[in-house]
Amino acid sequence: MTLWLVLALMTFAAIFAVLWPLSRQATQGPEADAGADVAVYRDQLDEIERDRRASRLAPAEAEAARAEVARRLLTAAGAVPTTSNQPASAWRRRAVMIAALIALPVGAVGFYLAIGSPLIPGEPLAARNGGPTDKRPITALVAEVERHLASKPDDARGWEVLAPVYMRMGRFDDAVKARRNVLRIEGATAARETDLGEALVAAADGVVTAEAKASFDRGLALDGKEARARYFLGLAAEQDGRREDAEKLWQALLAEAPADARWKTLVEQSLARVRQPEGAGPSAKDVAAAEQLSPDQRNAMIQGMVARLAERLEKDGGDVDDWLKLIRAYGVLGDSDKAKASLVSARKALAADADKLRRVDDLAKTLQLSE
Amino acid sequence: MIPEIGHYALVLALALAVIQIVVPAWGVRTHDAVLIGVAEATAPAQFLFVALAFAALTACYVASDFSVLNVFENSHSAKPLLYKITGVWGNHEGSMLLWVLILAFFGALVSVFGRNLPRSLKALVLSVQASIAAAFYLFILITSNPFTRLIPAPFEGRDLNPVLQDLGLAIHPPLLYLGYVGFSISFSFAIAALIEGRTDAAWARWVRPWTLAAWCALTLGIAMGSYWAYYELGWGGWWFWDPVENASLMPWLAGTALLHSAVVMERREALKVWTILLAILTFSLSLLGTFLVRSGVLTSVHAFATDPTRGVFILAILAFFIGGALCLYAWRAPVLKQGGVFAPISREGALILNNLFLTAACATVFVGTLYPLALEAVSGAKISVGAPFFELTFGPLLVPLLFAMPFGPLLAWKRGDIAGVAQRLLVAFGVGLLAIAATVAGEGGGPILAPFGVGLAVFIMAGALTDIAERTALLRTTLKASLSRAGGLPRSAWGTALAHFAVGVTLLGMVGETQWGAEAIANMKPGETISLRHYDFTYEGIDAGEGPNYRELAAKFAIKRNGATIATARPAKRVFQARQATTTEAALITRGVNQIYISLGDVQPDGAIAVRIYHKPLVLLIWLGAVLMMLGGTLSLSDRRLRIGAPKPSRSRLSPQPAE
Repeated sequence: MTLWLVLALMTFAAIFAVLWPLSRQATQGPEADAGADVAVYRDQLDEIERDRRASRLAPAEAEAARAEVARRLLTAAGAVPTTSNQPASAWRRRAVMIAALIALPVGAVGFYLAIGSPLIPGEPLAARNGGPTDKRPITALVAEVERHLASKPDDARGWEVLAPVYMRMGRFDDAVKARRNVLRIEGATAARETDLGEALVAAADGVVTAEAKASFDRGLALDGKEARARYFLGLAAEQDGRREDAEKLWQALLAEAPADARWKTLVEQSLARVRQPEGAGPSAKDVAAAEQLSPDQRNAMIQGMVARLAERLEKDGGDVDDWLKLIRAYGVLGDSDKAKASLVSARKALAADADKLRRVDDLAKTLQLSE
Repeated sequence: MIPEIGHYALVLALALAVIQIVVPAWGVRTHDAVLIGVAEATAPAQFLFVALAFAALTACYVASDFSVLNVFENSHSAKPLLYKITGVWGNHEGSMLLWVLILAFFGALVSVFGRNLPRSLKALVLSVQASIAAAFYLFILITSNPFTRLIPAPFEGRDLNPVLQDLGLAIHPPLLYLGYVGFSISFSFAIAALIEGRTDAAWARWVRPWTLAAWCALTLGIAMGSYWAYYELGWGGWWFWDPVENASLMPWLAGTALLHSAVVMERREALKVWTILLAILTFSLSLLGTFLVRSGVLTSVHAFATDPTRGVFILAILAFFIGGALCLYAWRAPVLKQGGVFAPISREGALILNNLFLTAACATVFVGTLYPLALEAVSGAKISVGAPFFELTFGPLLVPLLFAMPFGPLLAWKRGDIAGVAQRLLVAFGVGLLAIAATVAGEGGGPILAPFGVGLAVFIMAGALTDIAERTALLRTTLKASLSRAGGLPRSAWGTALAHFAVGVTLLGMVGETQWGAEAIANMKPGETISLRHYDFTYEGIDAGEGPNYRELAAKFAIKRNGATIATARPAKRVFQARQATTTEAALITRGVNQIYISLGDVQPDGAIAVRIYHKPLVLLIWLGAVLMMLGGTLSLSDRRLRIGAPKPSRSRLSPQPAE
């Protein structure tokens, strides 16, 4: 409610800014512009006189300057009555008033409603943490636990507490470390292996890496019913391009799901995604699919494609064009570390062929990868 | 609530800008004084609304309101308050908001302080200014909205790029934008003059100070940016001919030319048409710079193609304003009345020479910056144009310009005496030659170019001093009389001399750093010592520290000269957790105007650390010179007197005239 009040007040202020000058009487019309020129030249003559008296100008120079300015003054004065004061017209004024009173608020509010989100309240951090007296309790807590763990790195409970907090804070690499520590101290269970895999996936921006996959496999080996591990293995299959496998895995998962499982919708959506018919060329279809996705999902998909290419190239070498494609892709994604790493691998793989090496080096130069 | 207030304020600013485009122009066309007056109220109101939007975004940053996407992407709750605030413009969306804030600020200034401007001129200027503003409001709201919301609000932000977490970000972009956007005023004045079909006497009187103010800000902004890159990036360089740097250098070169031609126009009513063209070009180059930096076209043409909305939008703005202005110029410029006449050898002539060289230099930078982009767009081939190109093209153009610079202020208006001026500069020239000889002797077989660079720099500085000496008739009258003349000298004369002197200072710094700099790169273990020039550097060990949002690894070096410890240096590497990014914090030890620069590389497995040490003679003069240039400009700006160029009377009029 307050928001609407403030927005209304702002609108009034804007309207007022237009109406106020309209309400003023036109005490003077637009000065005849030649008149303004005359004033400037008069000022200049005064200035010359002051300079001459302060002996900043030699008398001869002052005389020459005065002659010049005077000449301009005469020309300007001769041209004075060019525009006369037009009486302010009432209908023009009324037209502007209507624009200010109707078009301005309607346009502004309409545009704002189209792009703004008036219903979303602001969420300053202090308010979310329960008042300003209790500033940053979570970060402080995390720091405290971290300190504790620095001296007692074998306290599994500390790592267990920290891991989900790290995940929420976006510190995925730290989450991976914490999950590893839990596994190291407490031994493997299906849930712990799956937790580690999940952290690894998050750290890789949603790509199920070989390492993460191994972790899920271990988890499933310990407990064949571990639903999260099965879901992620399906995702791995999808990212590898084995859509039928993904479909099979998820279908099985759904079939065994308890009726009230909250993750059912997620699996159903994923299933719907892989069931979409495949076209002939991979690119056209992928692009079409990408358009359906949210930016985050699209990112994950692109990164998945790139990661697949990278894994294939690491395994069986591949041609120079594929390597160029990979390096360029990392360049476009802005991941210069990975681009550099794949540059090194490409040089290794293509070391035998000077011509191909040069092409790789050229690309590296244009992407400014080499130091 | 706060982000939405900011969002709506920006929309209202757009609405007011639209009204401000139409109504005053209509008023001028129909000679309706009431409509003409509307702009005087809407321009400040527009500024207030943009300021409100900016304040709202800043408040979101300070309060770490991560329900605003922009805050989430560029802030972190543990960041120090200063970087929360500077983070507002440390990203694309926020920096565009700062851009329009400054644009609206200048519009408001014209509206408030332009009382003695002819009202129709003022109305047209504000109308043009509003059209630029409206285009950018739309750009922000449609393609780069800083008030986009994020639901649910994440727990923690992604933090600002660590390289930007520095005091430099607080100073550099606002100054740079003050410069870029300040040129919009001269642009608006130029367009208004073209629309009206004439330039009033008030025109030049207004354009010069605005241009000068923008130029001062841009000079300082570029210098601060250069210093920032120097100490933060850890490469020890101060200018890389990077397209982003060139994007700010081009408006500076054109702006410098504009500044000088505006002087001719104000004092002598000459060069009107040329000044208008320069005003258009200068702001066009500012817009181009914004396009290059903001569209993502530089990172890669591919990145540009994947998200073309922004780039295409700015390109459309660019095409509309530059194309429109140039068409208007082609159509209306012939209508403008030509002003004062002058002989080729005169102060005016010297300023034209200056303009020619500056625009040519600007053109080489333009080609060097845009050719690679054009080539990539057309053929897909990627080439990079770097320092060698610019050294071969830009350098040779600047040398004659710099050499001619001391002559300019000594020449008389309208008709000058080059032989006389040369004579007066003999002393300065002699000092320059002496500097060359002294450098050669002292250097004993160093770089060949260095003595000439030093000679030129000294000649420029001596030339600027000669100018003051001539004006105060130093050595020609008594010292007392000279001092009293110096007291009476207008501040604009001091400003000119100071700014020209400062060019020599900067040049000296550049020559010193590039010709005599030395570096050593080594892997050092604790206790080891290496020597560079007259200094010995002992690596004493490494210790870890912790900042508010980073961990730091700092190395300790003891620096000795002739066995006596003169300083300890503490270069560091910082790891920022939120972005998992590392920055290098170089250690700078200042000795007079020289600097020692130590930057860390990686820690080797065996405990050794890679270190780069530079000795940079005279390097501080580069930025000191720029600051002096800015001070010179400010000094001249503070001189509110009218500028009239007293012409040198012709011979016939000097001779006694018979009584009539």
